[in-house]
Amino acid sequence: MTRAPTPIAFALMALAFLIVGFAQSWSLALTIFNYCLIAAIMALGLNIQWGYAGLFNVGLMGFAALGGLAVVLVAMPPVTDAWQAGGGDLLVAVVLGLATIAGAILARHLLPPGRTRKIAVGVIIIGGFFLARAWYLPATQAIASVNPAHTGYLGGLGLPVLLGWIVGALLAAGAAWLIGRITLGLRSDYLAIATLGIAEILLAIIKYEDWLTRGVKNVNGLPRPVPFEVELQQAAWVQEWSLRLGASAQDMAVLTVKLCYAGLALAVLMILLWFAQTALNSPWGRMMRAIRDNETAAGAMGKNVTGRHLQVFVLGSAIVGLAGAMLVTMDGQFTPGSYVPLRFTFLIWVMVIVGGSGNNYGAILGGVLIWFLWVEAEPVGAWLIAAATSGLAPDHALRVHLIEGAAHMRVVVMGLVLLLTLRFRPRGLLPERIARSA
Amino acid sequence: MSFLIGEAMTGGYGAADILNGCTIAVDKGEIAVIVGPNGAGKSTAMKAIFGMLALRKGRVCLDGRDITALSPQERVVHGMGFVPQTHNIFPSMTVEENLEMGAFIRRDDFRPTMEQVYELFPVLKQKRRQPAGELSGGQRQQVAVGRALMTRPQVLMLDEPTAGVSPIVMDELFDRIIEVARTGIAILMVEQNAKQALNIADTGYVLVQGANRYTDSGEALLVNPDVRRSFLGG
Amino acid sequence: MDDLLNALVLLANFVLIPAATYGSQLALGALGVTLVYAILRFSNFAHGETMAFGTMVTILVTWWLQSHGIGLGPLPTALLALPAGIAATVVLALLSDRWVYRYHRSCRARPVIFLIASLGLMFVYNGIVRIVIGPADQRFADGERFIVSVSDFRAFTGLSEGLALRTTQGLSLVVAVVIVAALFWFLERTRTGKSMRAYSDNEDLALLSGIRPDRVVLIAWAIAATLATVAGVLYGLDKGFSPITYFHLLLPTFAAAIVGGLGSPLGAIAGGFVVAFSEVLLTYAYKRFLTYLLPESLAPDGLLQLLSTNYKFAVSFVILVLVLLLRPTGIFKGKML
Repeated sequence: MTRAPTPIAFALMALAFLIVGFAQSWSLALTIFNYCLIAAIMALGLNIQWGYAGLFNVGLMGFAALGGLAVVLVAMPPVTDAWQAGGGDLLVAVVLGLATIAGAILARHLLPPGRTRKIAVGVIIIGGFFLARAWYLPATQAIASVNPAHTGYLGGLGLPVLLGWIVGALLAAGAAWLIGRITLGLRSDYLAIATLGIAEILLAIIKYEDWLTRGVKNVNGLPRPVPFEVELQQAAWVQEWSLRLGASAQDMAVLTVKLCYAGLALAVLMILLWFAQTALNSPWGRMMRAIRDNETAAGAMGKNVTGRHLQVFVLGSAIVGLAGAMLVTMDGQFTPGSYVPLRFTFLIWVMVIVGGSGNNYGAILGGVLIWFLWVEAEPVGAWLIAAATSGLAPDHALRVHLIEGAAHMRVVVMGLVLLLTLRFRPRGLLPERIARSA
Repeated sequence: MSFLIGEAMTGGYGAADILNGCTIAVDKGEIAVIVGPNGAGKSTAMKAIFGMLALRKGRVCLDGRDITALSPQERVVHGMGFVPQTHNIFPSMTVEENLEMGAFIRRDDFRPTMEQVYELFPVLKQKRRQPAGELSGGQRQQVAVGRALMTRPQVLMLDEPTAGVSPIVMDELFDRIIEVARTGIAILMVEQNAKQALNIADTGYVLVQGANRYTDSGEALLVNPDVRRSFLGG
Repeated sequence: MDDLLNALVLLANFVLIPAATYGSQLALGALGVTLVYAILRFSNFAHGETMAFGTMVTILVTWWLQSHGIGLGPLPTALLALPAGIAATVVLALLSDRWVYRYHRSCRARPVIFLIASLGLMFVYNGIVRIVIGPADQRFADGERFIVSVSDFRAFTGLSEGLALRTTQGLSLVVAVVIVAALFWFLERTRTGKSMRAYSDNEDLALLSGIRPDRVVLIAWAIAATLATVAGVLYGLDKGFSPITYFHLLLPTFAAAIVGGLGSPLGAIAGGFVVAFSEVLLTYAYKRFLTYLLPESLAPDGLLQLLSTNYKFAVSFVILVLVLLLRPTGIFKGKML
């Protein structure tokens, strides 16, 4: 494979955005572009896990949601009333919980192996669980009942939102480390099921621990890293430019804000891409691929396969967490109910497989392309169905039903794209370049 | 012409040939044994005769009919039975079910054949309700041979049937193989235990680098000083 | 004495019956997963959506039957529509194999390629179901609601606690037993069934024995689709149909199959019940149960629920991880990958 297809593919993608800009609106084109960038970052994260190391992670949704949570916890102002109502008890519960874990570990180390140790560890864990719960439940209830319509949770730390992005990556990395320690020894199919389960659990916590996340009541009005449109609209230079381009100051402000986000996301993507490329071509990257291609041989050569896998798992998940944080920031709200596996896990898989697993440019192209299709398939599908059923009366039951279902057409399209890629271009649009060593 | 013959077979898995024009033949009621050093292509020759390896040159004939183009499954239908070296039983299925699966292509009543197998290997009858995977190594080999016999083959091919079993079990297995040959079946076998195998062989083939080095009766090979020195450890 | 009986009835009503029902539904689902794994050697991520598809067809036929006034009296009409649902799902599975999996089989692709292909099919099925019937909840159970109702039970026994056995629950148990018995008879007693076990045990030797792989794969898909539809319909009758739930069932279903030992039919059944009972036992609030058993002074004031029902997925997952760490082949020795 030569280098030529990569620039051509990206040029075609740029053309697609121009078409949307001219045909629909520039604001829409930029919105799609921004989300495409975030999708590309997620795809990059997965590519590191799957493309470099062959780890089958279908728990991406959980890590993305953790990243989003981090933004809430870092950037939202703290709710002092809630802290006063239940903060103390909650801290006691946390300390008790940590003490339980410490006690169990200590007991495991101190006591000789055998039945006594098992019983002791069991008693400590179960006892600690109930003890911690005795403080935990009233504390969370107290917190949740503080002005539930507006807060009902502890709030965050009131720090800059961009810090939340870093914390999002770290939080996802930490979770990945814990989970990886447990599951990475497992075989590929088992790892898939285990990560699927982890994502569900992480999401259940985020959805139902209202004191921490407000749950399905959502957190709105997240602080932004960019100025507000209303402020921009008043700015002299915006008005000047709007006159020069013949657009309204309002449109100009909206576009400016989106361009700011695009710049931020593009910067993050470029930095990550640079790191990913450097890592891929380093001895570390070569070893990773060696392990992926023949785990047994690499293990026999003294490579610490599980250790390397843990590294990759943590790194990839951190990137997904970062992307999750960026997504929430761009949305301006954290909506736990919106995390569904199809969109946040499996669509990313389609991106990486279609783009070309093992090739970072491929993953990015896949991310941009698939998100673009995902968004644009809806209006195109609706238009196609409307056209196809134009012979029927506008209130004909079948027509109404089909138009309602058109939104789901894109799900089918994604499946078909994946299946066709797998069959006719199994290594993706931009295949991994096999280094031909001398 | 022999009943089964692989003539001037040349072929291999990749670019390099493993077999270089070797010829193996066996007649009904006879035992033919292929011996030779490691990497001589013994098992490959066997697989080539059974159609698990495409030949570049040469041909395989069964009962005067050219079967070179047939797949292994078709060769089974034409009366060839094959016992692989490893993975030669269905471990989670009972002994009796293993034999039944051996008779899968048969549409007639295979009970009499099963009785014959049980007569040959009485211990299998005793353990016929046990999962084959729970049997000892020697008993598993009996199951494997029994399974291959269920199609009532005219040729039985065994790939190192005594690999990994104790000397006593090996002797017993060879006795059974002689019994099978007496019923008029042609037996072709690859063996690591060259001396013992040549002892029961009507014909022995010594392969070196995929070609015939010596071909003679088992007894003659055993007393041939060159063969003794090079291949039988003096 | 009455207190003890009341406590037991309570437990039977809220733990035993629901868990047994759920367990038999999971077992049927896990059997399908394990069968595909045993024959085709990959984890079929589209199984949940296959269940949804089969249930959807059954629901549509049920509605059609109902609109023509055809029913089964006390039993749900869906039972009459079930064969149609099964037939449609079998066709779907066979077409999927013909158009997707067969190609990858012919080039002997790695199992993970099949897994990714099943993700693609998951998307396609998911979309089809939502286009045809929509993402909303559907209830399609009709006929007699109860086999034993709470008031009947109270009148009969004179206890203050009631015990209810809903028709859908009884049906789940009975149908599961019948299906499992039929499946085991097929696998253990028939020539074709045995050839499938042989193929699962040792593919190469099965080929040497003249077992035709295409046929085995075909039958495996047909059975898996049948099991998926039956499991889906029973679950839907019991708890209502909503497409998203069926996706979420994937986790407990796989947990059941792995816990029992992937590739082992007996294990799938055991796994189904282990997962179901753990889920229900851990998320049940024991307050009333203990109130009956303990003297009044010790009566608990909390709900005594070990785990909120929101975290029932966590139960499947924890069991899964424990089994994988302690006994990677599952309760009944399944296949190692």
